[in-house]
Amino acid sequence: MSVLRPLDKQPGLNTATILLVGTEDALLQQLADAMLKEDCASELKIHLARSLPLPSDVNRPRIDLIMFVVNLHSKYSLQNVEESLRHVDATFFLGKVGFLAMGAGQESHCSIHRNTVTKLANTYRSPVFFCDLEREGFRATVAQRLVRMLQICAGHVPGVSALNLLSLLRNSENPAPEDL
Amino acid sequence: MDETVAEFFKRTILKIPMTEMMTILKAWDFLSEKQLQNVNFQQRKESLVQDLVLLCEKKRASVHDAALLDIVYTQFHRHRKVWDVFQMSKGPGEDIDLFDMEQFKSSFKKILQRALKNVMVSFRDAEENAVWIRIAWGTQYRKPNQYKPVYVVYYSQTPYAFTSSCPLRSNIPLLGQALTVASNHHKIVKMDLRSRYLDSLKAIVFKQYNQTFETYNSTTPLQEKSLELDIHMDSRIIHENRIEKERVQRVTQETFGDYSQPRLEFAQYKLETKFKSDFNGDILAERKEPLRCLIKFSSPHLLEALKSLAPAGIADAPLSPLLTCIPNKGMNYFKIKDK
Repeated sequence: MSVLRPLDKQPGLNTATILLVGTEDALLQQLADAMLKEDCASELKIHLARSLPLPSDVNRPRIDLIMFVVNLHSKYSLQNVEESLRHVDATFFLGKVGFLAMGAGQESHCSIHRNTVTKLANTYRSPVFFCDLEREGFRATVAQRLVRMLQICAGHVPGVSALNLLSLLRNSENPAPEDL
Repeated sequence: MDETVAEFFKRTILKIPMTEMMTILKAWDFLSEKQLQNVNFQQRKESLVQDLVLLCEKKRASVHDAALLDIVYTQFHRHRKVWDVFQMSKGPGEDIDLFDMEQFKSSFKKILQRALKNVMVSFRDAEENAVWIRIAWGTQYRKPNQYKPVYVVYYSQTPYAFTSSCPLRSNIPLLGQALTVASNHHKIVKMDLRSRYLDSLKAIVFKQYNQTFETYNSTTPLQEKSLELDIHMDSRIIHENRIEKERVQRVTQETFGDYSQPRLEFAQYKLETKFKSDFNGDILAERKEPLRCLIKFSSPHLLEALKSLAPAGIADAPLSPLLTCIPNKGMNYFKIKDK
C-alpha cells in the first residue's frame, strides 16, 4: 500500500504535523494533549495511528516527524512498530523519525530488553528516547522535547535542520555503529 | 457457659470490625435492642467483647447461637471465602416436587449426623428462597471444630448450591450426598467455576449478568458514545485509525455487552495438547505425548480486564473465544485436549 514519503506534499503555512504510531491508544492521546498544552509559535497537528500503512487520505497534511511508540512491557507493541516501519520511505530516516520507549522503569514488567529498542533505533539511524508516559510530569517533559523536535523537523527553527539535529543527537547519545 | 463456647463467642465477636459491630449484632437478633443500648460501644474492643460475652452468658446463649452469629458474620464478609459451585439434577422422569424447607433441613441434618457422629449443622434463611448452612465437622472422638466450618448456600428454587472450600476434603462427597438426597435430586456435579465473589457466581449461574435496566433507552447511549469520542478530541488531534477503533469498540460491545461484568479473580487453562510449531524439525513438535501446560490469568476483576484489552490496544479484537466464553459457559477452569 502507500508508503509515507517526507516531501510528497506541500507544507502548510506555519503548520507542523507529527504522527504518533503505537498500540497504546489512551497513552498516545494523553501525550497528544500534553503536546498541545505546550507554548508553540507554530500551529501543531497531531495524528495518532495504531499502525502503518495509514488509510489513504488526500487531505492529510505533510508529516514532518514520525514517532514510533514502543511499550517495553508488551511484545505486541514492538511487533506492531517493526511491521509499521516497512511502510516508511527511506528518506524519512534523515532526522524525521524517532522512537519512544516507555516502561523501562519497571524492570519486572519488561518483556522486551532496552537494548532491543536501542538496536532497532540504531538500525534505522534514528534517536530513541526512554520515557515514562504514565506520569503527568514526565509526560510533560517528553511533550516539550517532541514539540521542539517537531518544530525543527518542520523547518520552523532558522539555522537548524532535521539532519543537523540528528547528527547532534547521535554524537552525544547513540554513536553511529561505524564509530564504535 | 462452657469454656469452649465462651471462647467461641469471644473469637467470633473479635472478628467483627468495630464499624460493623452494631449492624451485625442487630442482624443476629439474639441480644435485644435494650440490652445493646446498655453496652458501651465506645470502649476498646477487648473490653467490649468481654461485655458482650458476659451478656450472652447471662442470656444463656448456646453454641448454636454462636454458630448463627458466625453465619451472619460470613454473610457480611462472604468474599473472605472461596466459593465452589455445585449443580444438581433430577433423574429422568422424576416429578418436580414441592419444596419444603423444613423437611430439607431436617433431612440434611439427619444424613450428616447418621454418617458422622460429631457434626454440628446450623441453618439461617436468606432472601430469594436461599438457606445458609454452616457445618462444623468433628470426628468420632472429638467435638466439632468450630473454627474450620464449611458454608453451603442453597437456592431452593434452583438446582445450584455454593460451598466454601472445605479443608477436610474427605467430607465433600458426604456433603454432596446430603444435599442431593435432602433436596430430592438424583445427581450432583461440581462445576468448573470458582471465585470469592458469591454474588458474581450467582449472576453467572442464574444468567442474571446481562440484564440491562428497564429504563435503558437503547438509542441514546449509542449517541453518547460517539459524542464522547468527539468531545475529548481537540480538532488538532486526528485519529488515523478511527474506523478500526470503532470496529474494535463494536466488537467488544457485541462480545461483552454494556453491562458490568461479574467479578472473577482468575481463569485457568490446563492444556494437554501436542506442541504445534511452524519450524520443521522442532524437537518439541516431534513428541508423541501431549505437552502439559497450565496457564492462569489473574486479575482483581478478570472479565473487566479482558473487556478492556482490545480498546487499550493490548490485544486484537475479537478476543479468543476461550476467554470470552467464561460467563456464558459458567466455567473458569478449562481442560483443553486435542480433538
